[in-house]
Amino acid sequence: MIIWELVLAFLQVGAFSVGGGYAAMPLIESLTVTANGWLTAADFADLVTIAEMTPGPIALNAATFVGMRMAGFAGAIAATLGCVLPSVAIVSLLSWLYARFRSGKTMQTVLGTLRPVVVALIASAAVSLIHVACVTAEGSFSWAGAALMIAAFVLLQVKMREKKISPILVMAGCGVCGIVLHMLGWM
Amino acid sequence: MRHKLWTLFSSMLVISAFTFGGGFVIVSLMKKKLVDELGWLEEEEMLDMTALAQSAPGPIAVNAAILAGRRIAGVPGMLAAVTGTLIPPLLIIGAISLIYAQFRDNEWVRAAMAGMSCGVAAVISDVVLGLGGKVVRGRDALSIGLMVLAFVLTYFCKVNVIFIILGAAVLGAVRAALATKAGDRG
Repeated sequence: MIIWELVLAFLQVGAFSVGGGYAAMPLIESLTVTANGWLTAADFADLVTIAEMTPGPIALNAATFVGMRMAGFAGAIAATLGCVLPSVAIVSLLSWLYARFRSGKTMQTVLGTLRPVVVALIASAAVSLIHVACVTAEGSFSWAGAALMIAAFVLLQVKMREKKISPILVMAGCGVCGIVLHMLGWM
Repeated sequence: MRHKLWTLFSSMLVISAFTFGGGFVIVSLMKKKLVDELGWLEEEEMLDMTALAQSAPGPIAVNAAILAGRRIAGVPGMLAAVTGTLIPPLLIIGAISLIYAQFRDNEWVRAAMAGMSCGVAAVISDVVLGLGGKVVRGRDALSIGLMVLAFVLTYFCKVNVIFIILGAAVLGAVRAALATKAGDRG
């Protein structure tokens, strides 16, 4: 049964990929292309492009894409659930441990040491994204991209009636600006 | 309670539908929504959850949704947050996979995505400056040093994030052990 095989394959992705979507890609490739022959190498390249181009967690995008190709919407749901179930089990346990021990003295020191490091990890992701925003598909510096990014950043600092503008709204607006800039031939 | 679950579900739905670029982007948006806007989590908790979500297997966004959902509203909260996170990729990719060649090669789609990536970069920079500014203002030399070191190791040396988190956790455990020892003596 293909549905069951999809669940089994993506259970492995969920259980053994540590570090998020990009780290999961080699495992997804070996399961879908090499082990099961569900996708060709060209299909997989498309999968990576689509998973990165579209919003949402990359591993879930990949699961849905493979599931849809193999068994329609039911396959997409099966692959997605397979991908998520190990997390639900493992992270639930972590969540319980965190609630139980977080206020302990030792745990406070460990977490206190981790926090600035986590800030650095997010900062590293931010610099990579700034790089993506400011470089064109051809690899040269994009003035339009840099200007749009700075404009979005300034907009995020503005407060209207004590409330900041929703980041989701800013991002969606940037999407519209991208289309307009492309019409003008600037992006 | 019902209202809370609905807000949790709809917040994660919107965040999952509009963010791309990996787990840290989604975590940044969760911080803006759940910490800054709704006040349901402390900033420190969100950072702890980010470390846990990154260290556990599976998609970071789902892991973070599980942790935040459970913390905010127990098991029902976890289910609401995870369901919200799962629905957008199912619907969006489900639809796109039927026409993916046209989608991939469409210049307008590309332009919108390029525009959105500028917005994503702005949002995550905003979150980072807020968090990093607080670490710097804390004037704790060890914290600032660790932050700079971790950034250099991740961004320039491309060291795997897991090793960096593990290293920091071990260092924290050593600090805790030393503090206990000093406490015993004093």
